This record gives sequence, structure tokens and C-alpha cells, in this order.
Amino acid sequence: MSEPTQDSNSPIISIRDMNKYYGSFQALSNINLDVSIGERIVICGPSGSGKSTLIRCINRLEAHQSGTITVDGTELHQHMRDIDKVRSQVGMVFQHFNLFPHLTILENCTAGPMWVQKVPEEKAHETAMKYLKRVNIPEQADKYPAQLSGGQQQRVAIARALCMQPRVMLFDEPTSALDPEMVAEVLDTMIDLAESGMTMICVTHEMGFAKQVANRVIFMDEGKIVESNEPKSFFENPQSERTIKFLSQVLVH
Amino acid sequence: MIQDTVTDALLLRKPKFVISVLVIVFIAFFIGDPSLTAMGHFLEPVIGDPAESGLYGRFATSLMLAIIFVINLLLISQIPVFKYQVFVVWAELVVLFLTFFYSFNLSFEFIQSKIWFMITQGIFTTLYVSAISIAIASVIAVVGAVAKLSSNGFAFAIASFYTSFFRGLPLLMQVYLIYLGFPQLGFVIDAVPAGIIALSLCYGAYMTEIFRAGIMSIDDGQWEGSRALGFKFGLTMRKIILPQSIPLIIPPTGNQFIAMLKDSSLVSVIGVWELMFLARTLGNKTFNHMEMLITAALLYWAMTMVLELIQSRIERKYRKQTSR
Repeated sequence: MSEPTQDSNSPIISIRDMNKYYGSFQALSNINLDVSIGERIVICGPSGSGKSTLIRCINRLEAHQSGTITVDGTELHQHMRDIDKVRSQVGMVFQHFNLFPHLTILENCTAGPMWVQKVPEEKAHETAMKYLKRVNIPEQADKYPAQLSGGQQQRVAIARALCMQPRVMLFDEPTSALDPEMVAEVLDTMIDLAESGMTMICVTHEMGFAKQVANRVIFMDEGKIVESNEPKSFFENPQSERTIKFLSQVLVH
Repeated sequence: MIQDTVTDALLLRKPKFVISVLVIVFIAFFIGDPSLTAMGHFLEPVIGDPAESGLYGRFATSLMLAIIFVINLLLISQIPVFKYQVFVVWAELVVLFLTFFYSFNLSFEFIQSKIWFMITQGIFTTLYVSAISIAIASVIAVVGAVAKLSSNGFAFAIASFYTSFFRGLPLLMQVYLIYLGFPQLGFVIDAVPAGIIALSLCYGAYMTEIFRAGIMSIDDGQWEGSRALGFKFGLTMRKIILPQSIPLIIPPTGNQFIAMLKDSSLVSVIGVWELMFLARTLGNKTFNHMEMLITAALLYWAMTMVLELIQSRIERKYRKQTSR
């Protein structure tokens, strides 16, 4: 991980009064969120609550209509020239992995550094193997994504994002598309990453993961942040009606 | 398509079906009246002079042909190996075709004297005109497809106007328009370049649609994955999207190439010495039209078969790659 360039108390991501619309439908309303370096945030909420949309706005896979989003000192807006630079500093892991099926595992991991950051091949190779080892699949390096299990593919996707040496990692429901027996291996990788001090924002339904690694749990509903608290209070003493209902539904099983 | 595993379901095992085939084929032959063909002569001991045998002769020859047809069908269905079945049917059809051509009383000496020129001049020109055109058309297609998918109104308008225009006009007319139209603008253009331009523009328009469909079939996740890594548009297209759409683009593009090979015959109207032009002109002096047309037809067919073979090889290669 690269060393933080700024005072660790100042937020690396700062969202102010942000609104996002799909046509006339308001997907996110009045979002305010600060994320400090090293913070591990879990966002949960019912489907359609805007949680995925929120983290997709952070690397501008989606555009917001009003308010500001600032990532590592750069404000995201329509006319920016260096969006690719911001994106390469924010790693993203998707629900459906989005690995490149025509490239080997190793090529998936070296593509970003070599093509965007112009890292020499040897160095990129070395970094890729380092992270593939870290997610425990260095032996799969020469295979193609389709030859791997879902859990392995998702771990490759994490390694691929890490190869860009990002300052923040975004996880968009990383375990939702996996068979149940593969969820654990991906969560273990994420826990390991959290323990290394990576700044993480995870949209997930894995409440156990939230309890174990999050500094802060955010509950969203109907495009709003309803509740935001540290995990112990969040789970043991939820404040809002909606949160209580949601937790009673997800924690029963 | 996945075949059923039960052979009893075979239609040819059902007497009802076999008899209906027999009846239908008989009726078809009866309408066509085969009593004056070789079969009629063969049956002379039974029906007498075929020309005077009347309805009886017509009935006998038709029935004989229909029975031969059905027996042949049943025999072929007994061949256990798919490959041999295909081979036997092909061989029979080829023999029938050759007999058909043979019955024209063609002058083979004339064909022999011209065929080498048809190959070196005709096939060569046809192939190189088509190859250059398909290469240019592919480039146009990539650009056109990107323009058609872009949110830029200007690019979309140009691309959609282009595809609409060149798909909307008969290719023959495009060939004339380019060959005769350019000199009006002050550029005198040779026949071969004019033909190549016409073919490229026309097929570029069709292939734009093929490429567009190929690009659209790639999952949005690939765009998002690339974008999240900071890839710019051109890089994403070149390294991520196009390589994945190529296997989808190849079969219809192969099809287009085969179609172009034959459509290149249209540039013969502006005097390009390709296969069709030679077929029409070589036989003129001595009235050996049929010889030249049939020879050219067989040469076109042979080229197409070679291309089909190449296409299926390439497809197989890509299928292996995707199933890994």
C-alpha cells in the first residue's frame, strides 16, 4: 500500500449534500459521508436502497447530479480530465467479478499497471504474483477465469484491484453471486485486507463480516443514510425503526 | 442442436412416411414426364418406344424413378457412420449435377483452352478485389460501429446515414455511381479502384451492423471493470471489448466474405477482368457461352468451398479458446 500523502485524520473521501437521479426517480438524496484513511465501512440495507449506487458514484461509474464528491483531494465532476487517474487509485470489486475472460489470471492482474500506470512488465508481473499469493491462488496464474471457481475468481478480482496500489477499495456485494461454500474464502481475504490497514467501503449483507471488521456500519433505505454507527451499537442498539426491522429480517437466519 | 438418442423416432422407420415420400416423388416425376429421359430408354423393353408410350410410359418411368429414389433413401439411412452418409449423398448429388452439365454437350476442348486464363486472370482478380475490399470494409465497420454506439449525435448521424444509404441501394447501382459519378467531380477513376471502393463501402455498411452487434453483446461488466481500472475508451475497445467480440463477429464476417466473392462479379459491368467478365466475354466469339458460364460457376463454387473450410477452421479454433 502506498503511504498516505496527507494527514490521516483528513478524509480521503468526502461526500457533501449529494443527490442522484435516474430520470425523475431520486436514487440518492442528500448524502453526506466522510471516510478517513484506514476506515472500514460496511453499507447495508434492503435492495433498491441505493447502496450500490452510492459506491459506484465514488469512482464515477455513475454520475451524481448535485452536491460534491471529493476523492483524495480531487472533486469528481463532468468535465474532469483525470478521471482515469482517480479511478486507478480507487480499487473496485464487483458482484459479478468482471474479470477479463480472454486474459489469463496473471494478465488480468498486470493489465492495469502495465497499460495505465506504464509499469514495466517485469515489475507488474512481480506485483501481480505478490497479490495472487496474498489471496492464496498463485498457482492459478496461467489459467483463464472460466477455469476457476466463483470464489477463486472473486479473489483474483481483489488481487487485480490491489495491483493498482489503490488508496481505497470499494466492494459492491462481493459475495452475493457466490455459492455458499465459497463465501468464506472471499470474506477471509477481505478480513486479511482490512487487517493490513486498507481503507475499505463494502456493500454487503454479511453481517458477521460487518461485526468483525467494520469501524462503522451504515444503514441505507430509499436513497438515504438512515443510520450510521460503530458496529457494536449498530447491532445491539439500533436507533431507527427501519434499522430494527431490517436487522430482525437479516439476523434471524 | 442436440440429437435425440432414440433411433426408433427416425422417420424412415415409419412405413407411412416412406409410402408418402414414394407417392409425392412419384407425383412430382409424373408431372415432369420422364418418359423421354434415359430412364425411358432403359424401360424400352417394357413400354415400347418411349415417344409413343403415352400415359403408360409416363406412369412406368415415374414409378421406377420414385422406387429407385426411395430405395436409395432407405439404403443411405442404413449407413451407420454420419460421415459416410454425408459423403455418399454428396457423391450422388455431384454425379447428378455433372450428368446434368454433361447433357449440354459442352465442348471440353474449348474449356481446356480457356480455363488456365480464367484461373490466372479471373480468379486472381476476383480474389484480390474481394480481399482488399473486405479488409477496408472491416476497418470501416469498426469505426462505423463505434460511431453508431456513441452518444455523439454527429458521429451517430453520419454513421446511420452511411449504413442506411449503402444498404439501401443495389450494389450494382453503387458500382455505376462510383465509376461514372467520380469523373463528374473531376476525379477519373480506374475500374479496379472503383470496384474496390464500391464493394468496401457497401460491405462496410453491412459489417458495421455485424460489429455493432458483436460489441453490444459484450457484458456491461467488462466496460465497468475496465473503467474501474482506469482504462480509457480506446484501450478498453482495443484490448478488452474487440478481442472478446471477434469470435462472435467471425462467422457472419466469413459469410459476408463469401457473399462478396460472388458480388464482386458485379464489377464486371465496368470492365474489370474478373471471373464473371471473362465468363461473359471469352465464349462470345465462338458462341461457347454455356461452357464459360458453367466453368466460371464451378470455379466460384470451388472458391466458396475453400472459404467455408477456412471459416469453419477459424470458428473451431475460437470455440476451443472460449471453452477452455
